[in-house]
Amino acid sequence: MMVWINQQSCELQMGATLKDAIAFANITPPFAAAVNAQFVPKTLYTQTSLNENDKIELIVPITGG
Amino acid sequence: MMTRPDEWKLYGETFKSRLLLGTSRYPSPDILAKAVQLAQPAMLTASLRRESAHAKDSPVFWKLLQNMKIPVLPNTAGCHSVDEVYTTAQMAREVFETDWIKLELIGDDYTLQPDTLNLPLAADKLIKQGFKVLPYCTEDLVLCQRLVDVGCQAVMPWAAPIGTGKGPLNAYAMRTLRERLNVPLIVDAGLGLPSHACTVMEWGYDAVLLNTAVALANDPVHMAEAFANAVKAGRSAFLSGAMHAHESAQPSTPTLGTPFWHHA
Repeated sequence: MMVWINQQSCELQMGATLKDAIAFANITPPFAAAVNAQFVPKTLYTQTSLNENDKIELIVPITGG
Repeated sequence: MMTRPDEWKLYGETFKSRLLLGTSRYPSPDILAKAVQLAQPAMLTASLRRESAHAKDSPVFWKLLQNMKIPVLPNTAGCHSVDEVYTTAQMAREVFETDWIKLELIGDDYTLQPDTLNLPLAADKLIKQGFKVLPYCTEDLVLCQRLVDVGCQAVMPWAAPIGTGKGPLNAYAMRTLRERLNVPLIVDAGLGLPSHACTVMEWGYDAVLLNTAVALANDPVHMAEAFANAVKAGRSAFLSGAMHAHESAQPSTPTLGTPFWHHA
């Protein structure tokens, strides 16, 4: 199935979870995740099933004012 | 140099410095680190962005933050709705492992003016979820009072739009705000010179938060130090009680016994 990770489309297996998407993104901690604009705590990554066309945001710390 | 003890509290936590410093727009991470070392701010602001756009610089910044050992104040910069604020704040809490949040809810992209109508709603939602909210707001008295009403234990009015460096544009409103509100007031945004910081501290503001004025100086490290000293000077002046201004000249040297007085 196709999902969006930080606005990039990617193909994951049917039944994939947020943990699978994060593994696909190969992101270095620390980071936080949201699916369809809803925050998902790290404790729920393995339980969060993804659906076709889900929009996943993976965000990292940066400088700020 | 003798200094009087002058700690202050935010949400029950005690701070010694009255300067909060942003971490953005510095020429390099090394210069940021040196500026922080000299200024010794109470908190450092930070933000969150998509990993795809910051894959290289984020780990460098994260390591720097860890090494500096100064409390982090994450912001919700760029959010345009209460929902965006809420999601961003939750993500910030997980990444930075802190309940502190600098609430930014933008209502106008040109001036970066806060969405004053929805700011209290956002603050209320965050406070109910256990966040320690420091809202970036305008100097509007009623807005600031509403933010206090929903549980903000401090508010952060701008002096001028973010990044302009214009200094306090509405002295009357800012001084009125200081007179009317009894919570800590932190000037956030719009300061360009150490004298601006000193001025608002002389008015009785509790702290200042700034970024661009330091980061874009020719020498950010020593400008950070200059701002830290200005904040201390302004605070000390406020505590000392300034004289009242007079319309006419008042000789400072005693006139009694002046030689040659009216001999001409």
